[in-house]
Amino acid sequence: MALKMVKGSIDRMFDKNLQDLVRGIRNHKEDEAKYISQCIDEIKQELKQDNIAVKANAVCKLTYVSALLRRNATTPFVLFLLSSTNFGYLAASQCFHEGTDVIMLTTNQIRKDLSSPNQYDTGVALTGLSCFVTPDLARDLANDIMTLMSHTKPYIRKKAVLIMYKVFLKYPESLRPAFPRLKEKLEDPDPGVQSAAVNVICELARRNPKNYLSLAPLFFKLMTSSTNNWVLIKIIKLFGALTPLEPRLGKKLIEPLTNLIHSASIQVQKQYSISIFGKVLFCFSLTVKYLGLLAMSKILKTHPKSVQSHKDLILQCLDDKDESIRLRALDLLYGMVSKKNLMEIVKKLMIHVDKAEGTTYRDELLTKIIDICSQSNYQYITNFEWYISILVELTRLEGTRHGHLIAAQMLDVAIRVKAIRKFAVSQMAMLLDNAHLIASNTQRNGICEVLYAAAWICGEFSEHLEELNQTLEAMLKPKVTTLPGHIQAVYVQNMVKLYASILQQKEQAGEKEAAQEITQLMIDRLPQFVQSADLEVQERASCILQLIKYIQKLQTKEVPVAEEVIALFAGELNPVAPKAQKKVPVPEGLDLDAWINEPPSDSESEDEKPKTIFHDEEQRHSKHRPPEIDEEELARRREARKQEQANNPFYIKSSPSPQKRYQDTPGVEHIPVVQIDLSVPLKVPGMPMSDQYVKLEEERRHKQKLEKDKKKKKQKKEKKGKHRRHNSLHTESEEDIAPAHHVDIITEEMPENALPSDEDDKDPNDPYKALDVDLDKPLADSEKLPVQRHRNAENLKSPDTEAPLVEKKSKKPKKKEKKHKEREKEKKKEREKKVAEEEKKSSKHRKKKHKKEKEEKSKDKKKSKKKQHHSEEETAESVQNGTLDDEPLPVRSWAYLGAPGSWEAGTYDIQGNLQHDSQVTVSVIFENKSTSFLKSMELNVLDSLNTKMLRPEGSSVHDGIPVPFQLPPGVSSEAQFVFTLQSIVMAQKLKGTLSFIVKNDEGSTHEKLDFKLHFSCASYLITTPCYSDAFARLLESGDLHMSSIKVDGISISFQHLLAKICFYHHFSVVERVDSCASMYSRSIQGHHVCLLVKKGENSVSVDGKCNDSTLLSNLLDEMKETLSKC
Amino acid sequence: SEDTQQQIIRETFHLVSKRDENVCNFLEGGLLIGGSDNKLIYRHYATLYFVFCVDSSESELGILDLIQVFVETLDKCFENVCELDLIFHVDKVHNILAEMVMGGMVLETNMNEIVTQIDAQNKLEKSEAGLAGAPARAVSAVKNMNLPEIPRNINIGDISIKVPNLPSFK
Repeated sequence: MALKMVKGSIDRMFDKNLQDLVRGIRNHKEDEAKYISQCIDEIKQELKQDNIAVKANAVCKLTYVSALLRRNATTPFVLFLLSSTNFGYLAASQCFHEGTDVIMLTTNQIRKDLSSPNQYDTGVALTGLSCFVTPDLARDLANDIMTLMSHTKPYIRKKAVLIMYKVFLKYPESLRPAFPRLKEKLEDPDPGVQSAAVNVICELARRNPKNYLSLAPLFFKLMTSSTNNWVLIKIIKLFGALTPLEPRLGKKLIEPLTNLIHSASIQVQKQYSISIFGKVLFCFSLTVKYLGLLAMSKILKTHPKSVQSHKDLILQCLDDKDESIRLRALDLLYGMVSKKNLMEIVKKLMIHVDKAEGTTYRDELLTKIIDICSQSNYQYITNFEWYISILVELTRLEGTRHGHLIAAQMLDVAIRVKAIRKFAVSQMAMLLDNAHLIASNTQRNGICEVLYAAAWICGEFSEHLEELNQTLEAMLKPKVTTLPGHIQAVYVQNMVKLYASILQQKEQAGEKEAAQEITQLMIDRLPQFVQSADLEVQERASCILQLIKYIQKLQTKEVPVAEEVIALFAGELNPVAPKAQKKVPVPEGLDLDAWINEPPSDSESEDEKPKTIFHDEEQRHSKHRPPEIDEEELARRREARKQEQANNPFYIKSSPSPQKRYQDTPGVEHIPVVQIDLSVPLKVPGMPMSDQYVKLEEERRHKQKLEKDKKKKKQKKEKKGKHRRHNSLHTESEEDIAPAHHVDIITEEMPENALPSDEDDKDPNDPYKALDVDLDKPLADSEKLPVQRHRNAENLKSPDTEAPLVEKKSKKPKKKEKKHKEREKEKKKEREKKVAEEEKKSSKHRKKKHKKEKEEKSKDKKKSKKKQHHSEEETAESVQNGTLDDEPLPVRSWAYLGAPGSWEAGTYDIQGNLQHDSQVTVSVIFENKSTSFLKSMELNVLDSLNTKMLRPEGSSVHDGIPVPFQLPPGVSSEAQFVFTLQSIVMAQKLKGTLSFIVKNDEGSTHEKLDFKLHFSCASYLITTPCYSDAFARLLESGDLHMSSIKVDGISISFQHLLAKICFYHHFSVVERVDSCASMYSRSIQGHHVCLLVKKGENSVSVDGKCNDSTLLSNLLDEMKETLSKC
Repeated sequence: SEDTQQQIIRETFHLVSKRDENVCNFLEGGLLIGGSDNKLIYRHYATLYFVFCVDSSESELGILDLIQVFVETLDKCFENVCELDLIFHVDKVHNILAEMVMGGMVLETNMNEIVTQIDAQNKLEKSEAGLAGAPARAVSAVKNMNLPEIPRNINIGDISIKVPNLPSFK
């Protein structure tokens, strides 16, 4: 063996190692490929050898080569080596990804490494895992990683904490069980672990901040105490996400933040930071400039006004040579526009568009222009003619990818702003005439997309078109067939609309010849579309060709057809909101999931079905026809509105209708002139320049202002008119700017009584959505992480224990739970099969450990029995100290457990569990009163026949339940334990022990603390309100047992007395008359308990009725004890 | 997948290397690196670029600082680091990076802590290899004697591409 090893290492001397490989590759510049393939052959040889070191070296090289060549050859080999070297995991992280099948095989290897005694092996495994964790791995390993989170070495702890985030992402179910421990890690003594925990929680909270609001106080403490910059930055980021949800936080944060002044990203710092940034932007280096802009954009969201004053500065940044800065500045502009400066800003942007090199930046500019203009329903646009001309100018951009966007804008504006249609149509006609300029760029999403919009607008609103013939001819040009299919299809469809309009015009004018001519033109030219390769075009063209041939036939018979043809396209198309379909409410009584017909069974004869379907469908159609829009009603409203406007002195009637005004203005006279000057191909002559509008607009505003001033002088006392149409956010100065035309921006249609919901804004595929869970809810059993356990181990363990009460638990879990558990068992079986071999080893190992621990415990048993101070005395005291007032009483009563001044003090509270008729939950608050650190706490109770502690499945009655936290000195925390009960008619006492490790400077020792849990009968009662009539019925029913007590020497007020009964015994008052009251409560097993309390001079008598006489007498005894202490 | 990963690296190099010396250290790289939430933050040291791709939950200055820590750590571990170290000891560079960034999240920012862990690991590795590794180490030491000759063959232009030091993409 030794010989073999030596031989192996001598062989290795002559193998290449990684360095040699790299050197070799670099020396073979010319025939690199050949050299590498030679190396790969060598590596293959090496991999076949037995020596693990040789293999490791080989994989090391292979990884490098594959990283170089991008060839995924390594995967199968890596498996061998995962554990043997650090490099194994590096290689794995390089070549594994979610689709790699072999990952499934690695689970056990990884688990073995995770529990390795060497911290670096564990660390490497965690690092590797972070790169290739899959849902399966996450599920199987979640519990192992959870345990690692409380590893003794901080190095492992921090890695384990960090990787939990990856696990949460892949396996969201693990979030809730793991969260308490994660929270605990926020207060870890090691700064690295702390920062990792902060990191993870910030990352989680970024997606679903509202679930983490409860952590705010904790983070606040961290922020004021931490010195680690990294942690501080993270916490501030987190608060940035939380403040919008909890306004009070903002106020609290101001002070520490001004102390810190770290990141300006938090809104509260606004004033401070703005004044700084203003100056910063001028002088400092570009990096700072960038950050300044970034901060501004964040401030802008909350305080737009303060940023707007820096407009010029930001516009300057657009000239910066650094693209990142330009983009940031652009982002800012979006939020800065107002009615007043929109035109100016866009003009500047247009200049930049012309100057810009590089299509990406130009495209970015283009989208920004459109974004800026169209934001919040065109809120800032006062002149839509200007906007259309801007859009038309944008079509001259070469090589843009946003033709589609421009087209969409054109369509949107033309459809929704009625007043602009005539102008839009004339512009679009011009675009169509000059289509050859645009059409040269036929790439997808190129600028030719605007022709789509142009054709549609011209066709749909052909009544506004003046040169119908000319446009039609432009659309019929042979060049059109080179356009993309979907545009041609729109062309074909809209040709007919134009044709119909022309036909009508001609017929009305009585020019039959001309009408026939135009028909002939269509018939001549349409065949070129019929031959199109695009199906849609072909279909439409051939259909329309036939139609027109038919029309021609009619025309020759001199039948007037225009009316009928135009009827094809009658009616207006209304814009419908994209979400409208989703928002249609489901009518009552309509079940969308119900079968319309019974699902076809195999035996059914086939021929029957189609009939029924058809029949049914017809019926449905008739039911759900949408209500027609009442034209009359609309007209009436329009009239009313006009009247109203006429009566309003501030409504600007002087501004003429867009069409008229348009002809009056001198600058645009040349619009209809279409002379194509090919020497300047980029400028389309005859198109109005948007600049003209800027000038016009200025003049107009100036005029308006003058007018207004005049009016103001005249009617100073009159109130301000309301001439704004759809804005409410504007500043005073903006109010003065009236839109140039009376525009009617039609809102997109929504179905009647649409359901208002924001739900649809959420992306259902968002991976973070799964992590949106309520973290404050207590854990249910079913949510516990699957723990890998081996059945054999359990079976072996139980006979060892000499338990007096080795009984099967009498708990009867509800059906659901059972099912779930069965499922889990099945899963476990499956997994067990898979992992059988490996698992045996590790379980043995674990068992040994366990035994050792036990031994240690018994040695260290120090009998530090402390007096049991449990009793109502203590409680009463604590209650009087603060909680018991005449005002509302706290819901929980606390009894004392353990001794004061000892290691630990605990208080507990027993509450019935509403969901289970045989369970109570005991919440225990542990408080560490010593100066040492307490950890590994385990609580164990000696079960009685009747009452048992609910332990995790598979543990024996002698195992304690670990308390899921550690206690630094002076800290208290709460844990919950569930007990199952059979009978609740008697009070119970349970003995228990709490074992824990005390860690201080001298070392750590095991300690034990004995205690008694007292389950009084009252703790089985659940305060349930009851109405007096129900109460009376209950008393009359007669199946209740009766008992009574009398207590003398009572001095406290009746009010106080009732409060005490309610508080300690969980009763509620049903009715109270003077010094007499009836009370009610219910046990967790459904017993009714009714009381009649009467107060005499110095005594109180209580009569009780209950289904169970034992329970009642026990209850009354307890009550007597309470009352006698008053 | 593999191809997009390569494309990202290529594109990133293309974008970053063509930027001027005195512009800012941030780059908002459109679609390729996953939308507007993400940005590239880089630093330029001689012929090397260190590029991090981060989302909005990271502080820009923090990351710049992290790059500095990374470079300083490399410097400590390799004693006057140069690009050749990175080329010949890819595995070690990976190891160091793994101590700082794990699964796309920042793990440790304290340089001393990182260096301690790396040293401890190296020591462990050596003791594991023990005697068996001695001859091989001796040979490689001899081979490395002529290391100073190597720089003659270097074509500086493509060094930064071949160093696969960008595994930190989420």
